[in-house]
Amino acid sequence: MTDLVAPLTGFASRRLDTTSDGARARLRARYRAEARFRWLGVGALAVTAVFLVVLIADILVKGLPAFWQHHVVLDVPVAADVVDPEGKRTPEALRAGDYMGVARRALAAAMPGFEGRTARKQLNEILSSGAADELREAVSGNPGLVGQTVEARLLLSDNADLYLKGVETEIASAAGTKGMATPTGTAGEIKVLLSANDLAGTLASVKTALAVRAEALEDQANALEQSGRKGVEESIGELRAQAKALRGRHGNADAAETLDGTMPSRLIAINGGLVKITTLSSSEATGEALVPLASADDAKPGTWQIVTYETPEDSRNINDRSIAILETLRSQGRIERSFNTLFFTSGDSREPELAGIRGALVGSFLTLLVTIGLCLPIGVMAAIYLEEFAPKNRFTDFVEININNLAAVPSIVFGLLGLAVFLNFIGLPRSAPLVGGLVLALLVLPTIIIASRAALRAVPPSIREAALGVGASKQQAILHHVLPLAMPGIMTGTIIGMAHALGETAPLLLIGMVAFIVDVPKSFSEAATVLPVQIFLWSDLPEPAFQAKTAAAIIVLLAFLFLMNGTAIWLRRKFERRW
Amino acid sequence: MNVQLAERPLATVFPGPATALAPSKTKITARDVNVFYGEKHAIKDLSVDIPDRSVMSFIGPSGCGKSTFLRCINRMNDTIPICRVTGKIEIDGQDIYDPQLDPVQLRARVGMVFQKANPFPKSIYDNVAYGPRIHGMARTGTDLDQIVSESLEKAGLWNEVKDRLGDSGTSLSGGQQQRLCIARAIAVSPEVVLMDEPCSALDPIATAKIEELIDELRTNFCIVIVTHSMQQAARVSQRTAFFHLGVLVEEGPTEQIFSVPHDRRTQDYITGRFG
Repeated sequence: MTDLVAPLTGFASRRLDTTSDGARARLRARYRAEARFRWLGVGALAVTAVFLVVLIADILVKGLPAFWQHHVVLDVPVAADVVDPEGKRTPEALRAGDYMGVARRALAAAMPGFEGRTARKQLNEILSSGAADELREAVSGNPGLVGQTVEARLLLSDNADLYLKGVETEIASAAGTKGMATPTGTAGEIKVLLSANDLAGTLASVKTALAVRAEALEDQANALEQSGRKGVEESIGELRAQAKALRGRHGNADAAETLDGTMPSRLIAINGGLVKITTLSSSEATGEALVPLASADDAKPGTWQIVTYETPEDSRNINDRSIAILETLRSQGRIERSFNTLFFTSGDSREPELAGIRGALVGSFLTLLVTIGLCLPIGVMAAIYLEEFAPKNRFTDFVEININNLAAVPSIVFGLLGLAVFLNFIGLPRSAPLVGGLVLALLVLPTIIIASRAALRAVPPSIREAALGVGASKQQAILHHVLPLAMPGIMTGTIIGMAHALGETAPLLLIGMVAFIVDVPKSFSEAATVLPVQIFLWSDLPEPAFQAKTAAAIIVLLAFLFLMNGTAIWLRRKFERRW
Repeated sequence: MNVQLAERPLATVFPGPATALAPSKTKITARDVNVFYGEKHAIKDLSVDIPDRSVMSFIGPSGCGKSTFLRCINRMNDTIPICRVTGKIEIDGQDIYDPQLDPVQLRARVGMVFQKANPFPKSIYDNVAYGPRIHGMARTGTDLDQIVSESLEKAGLWNEVKDRLGDSGTSLSGGQQQRLCIARAIAVSPEVVLMDEPCSALDPIATAKIEELIDELRTNFCIVIVTHSMQQAARVSQRTAFFHLGVLVEEGPTEQIFSVPHDRRTQDYITGRFG
């Protein structure tokens, strides 16, 4: 009984207190800490997800339009004297014909009234330089088409294509309802006379734009003045003078206005043609017929329109005349949108609309073939030796550490090594998938060795013992039992390594796979490029159409990476074993 | 320490086959065996004779060296780099540590069943056929079929699996897996079968089946079994050896070891005073 009254000592005195206020507070603090920790995790995940979604959405928005392409569909008379002037009718002779010539003639026939060199040239600008390639293939494959009229798809130029995808400008159109419109001619510089003040609204919006611009100039002048810098008085004076002039034009509400390339383009659609307004008052417009009019007849109220191209001509990649021509063709139902097969069937090109990723895809494929052909056997054998046979001594430890270090070496170093050894010392061909594959093999080898060793180690020793126990040799135990069981893990590691190699750019730049290569490579020693390098090359080009191509190529690359990683996950799931 | 004792008549406290068989000729002879794991002296001066066509069980507390010695008999310890064995172990008068002797061939003659059932993750058929295949024991497919069916019959598994030989070996229950491992071990017609605690992961019913099986197998093989269960040793074995701290303390007919042990340590162990 003395135990009960004795003071608590030792363990008894330290018994956990769970009831006091202090204990409850500790408990609450622990719950709070746990909740905080959980929310931190959720937060980190959310940030990652947002980044990923933004990245992918951005690429998709930019790249998806590049998977479509616009053609103009025309009835093309395949004139024998143009496509086969010597009358041979052999595929070779037909292939050499001037199909661009017939295509241009057909376009001129579809859009009559473009007289003179400049007008013709501007008309032809909407066509790609490779517009007639499809027609060429069709005719050289079927000489019977010569002399006939063929309905052919002609590829549009990159800017025309971009415009038709709606990225260049918005178009607004309002019918002229009040008055009769009378053009003074059908082509060239003409006037359109109106019997009412239909253009008053347009004129007012032009004047408002002038006021806005004047204000901007004044703000600029004020900012300069406040900056207190010296030597700018002259500029300030100039700005103020310009603003004053603009204000003056704005104030004089009825005076005619001249439009320029910094303002939205305004056109009058009349009698099947389009007149670009250069000077306008409320009831008269002077301008150039971008698309010749069918006649100079009076147009009744409601049959003519005032059209606005919202983006000023100076801020676009396509001029008013091209837009006018495309709009006219579109209203005739001659523009066709179709899947961009050219993107997957052609090599690189200077013309964005003709450029494709076939060359890069084949180059990547050949390169990866070399890489996997080297990496898999060497990597797996190295892993088996290190894991199963190598004696545990300082030398193998040293090798192991260095393999792990090698996996962390920046990839460009491997490129330098490839340049020094494979190109300069051994003298292998520059830019070839063979060399690219060798360099990437060096890069991926450590990954594969590490993954393979982990996979071998994951096979339980009981399987080895079982095999040895029935009298299998060590080699038989490994080849018959351990390796097959490790294979899914090895394959997973290999695929992830290959995905890494597929996305690698830097080392390939150094061995010259960065060249502009039009032809699709046919062998391991031909000059080639690979997908990520193609993306790198395109991203550098000024044409806006190439930016879309860049994003589209990224989509293709990502699709391949997802596919490879998906395969790796599938393999892992399918063959995963638990012991 | 090799204790040879005259047999004495015993009260039949221990049921089972232990009393049935007269001792037969010696299969395995060990003399002055020492095993070192690096610095650790795992087995000290062990000498023992193991008779043919009978079951000998090794008992003793954990870490006493009984599994280590078992693994010396088929040179499984060779796979451990730091393990060193001295002394002499002979099977039918042939030194198994002779440098001329191929340990892989030895392991075909001395089969082994492990503590945890470890069937290959292959079909039941392939599990049993693997050994005969790599040793070229079957010339035709029918020969192989026969070896497989005989081995599975001897292992008492045939009736349970004959309709699903293509199923994975790992799909069987624990007891069936262990019997499959026994079938795999006997498929290569070994002379000796070593069993390292074959029932430690099994329930009593599966254990009973395996014990029954061991008793049947003894008509064909020399069986050495390591066990933690003294009842099991008493039930299945004709001779028993007690190990303690790397020393073979006492060896003799099972009845005698369990009823009138000569050594104080054996007495303490079997009465449950330690271990």
